[in-house]
Amino acid sequence: MSGIAFVLVTFLSSVLAGIIGALLGLGGGVVMVPVLTLFMGVHIYYAIGASIVSVIATSSGAAVAYVRDRLTNLRVGMLLEMATTTGAIAGALLIGIVNPRWLFVIFGLVLLYSAVQMFQKRKEELPPPVEPDKFTRRFRLRGSYYDHALGREVTYEPTHVAYAFPAMFGTGLISGLLGIGSGAFKVLAMDLIMRLPIKVSSATSNFMIGVTAAASAEIYFLRGYIEPFVAAPVALGVLVGAFLGTRIMVRIRGVALRYLFVSVLAILALQMLARGIWG
Amino acid sequence: MISLAQGKENPPAAKSLGEMEVAVSRILRIGVLTSTAIIAFGLFLLFLHDGLAVAHVSQILHSPPSTPTYPATLGELLRESARGNPAAIIAFGLVLLIATPALRVAATVFLFLREGDRLYAAITLIVLVVLMLSFFLGEAGF
Repeated sequence: MSGIAFVLVTFLSSVLAGIIGALLGLGGGVVMVPVLTLFMGVHIYYAIGASIVSVIATSSGAAVAYVRDRLTNLRVGMLLEMATTTGAIAGALLIGIVNPRWLFVIFGLVLLYSAVQMFQKRKEELPPPVEPDKFTRRFRLRGSYYDHALGREVTYEPTHVAYAFPAMFGTGLISGLLGIGSGAFKVLAMDLIMRLPIKVSSATSNFMIGVTAAASAEIYFLRGYIEPFVAAPVALGVLVGAFLGTRIMVRIRGVALRYLFVSVLAILALQMLARGIWG
Repeated sequence: MISLAQGKENPPAAKSLGEMEVAVSRILRIGVLTSTAIIAFGLFLLFLHDGLAVAHVSQILHSPPSTPTYPATLGELLRESARGNPAAIIAFGLVLLIATPALRVAATVFLFLREGDRLYAAITLIVLVVLMLSFFLGEAGF
């Protein structure tokens, strides 16, 4: 493949990764890693480095729009980020002690199970009202945003925050240990445990993954994983895609977002199982 | 609780938080746009430099990284960028991009403080400290 073709193909698939990442609160690794390794023949280390860049580009690229649209719940994000970043460090310290192959299998199965749970609530546009939670009140986590697709203001209150906290430590742990962004796990914890509206879960995860990824990006940079020739078209493409994704987010129905999320979740689960089983 | 009210139930605290978040996101946008411009410029230079030769592509891609193809210390990176080394310029842009989430957290500490929200200023500060800790662990070779 010629250099210019490589740059073009990488750029275009990164635009797709950016759109999907911004819509679903993921980093885009689900698109970038298979495209780069299987289709372009890029070494897995550079693919991992590129997906770390992709995570940060998605997060920072979508941030302005999601903050302006009031979709990001900054308080929820910061509160949970304490657990996630601590988990990420714990995970990085466990590298070499725990066999990642088992973890890929275990978390692949967790994702598969979550995909089924998510599929069961596919008709749910917004979560049903919840019992007010002491923790939620104490930490003032209530929020609201204007939903353009529904044409009205949506006010929500998260619940079970005390359970989401250890779950977020877990997502940090696996992202530090496995070198994955774990945005999918963050959205799942906010959706299935905290019962936030899907758009809020997505946008808040989008904020969080950037911070978590920044914690490990430096290590990858120093090790030479972030190859400029690969990472440049990825960064540029993902930034364009993330911007387009935020435009779609405003118009899309929560239900449609759920269908997309379940599909991507299933693909991600299979990817993780494959990495666990075949190395 | 989900309410159908047209924005009447917006607590005033949340509103001012929203305004200050927009201020933070503006800083973020400047960071993102600057890094984008630098990365694009570096890629353009790389293209002029060797026309993105085929040999270059396969050499980089099919072997695992042994030593980085860019200077990994900030001082070297700046010196090489100033000399017009395309890989160094791209890497510099990438470093800037990687720094944006950390900058965002740091700016948020100040904004919570300005709002008089000590609880969340403390929470955000903890996140920032843990983030810094991970940087140092990274330097230490973890």
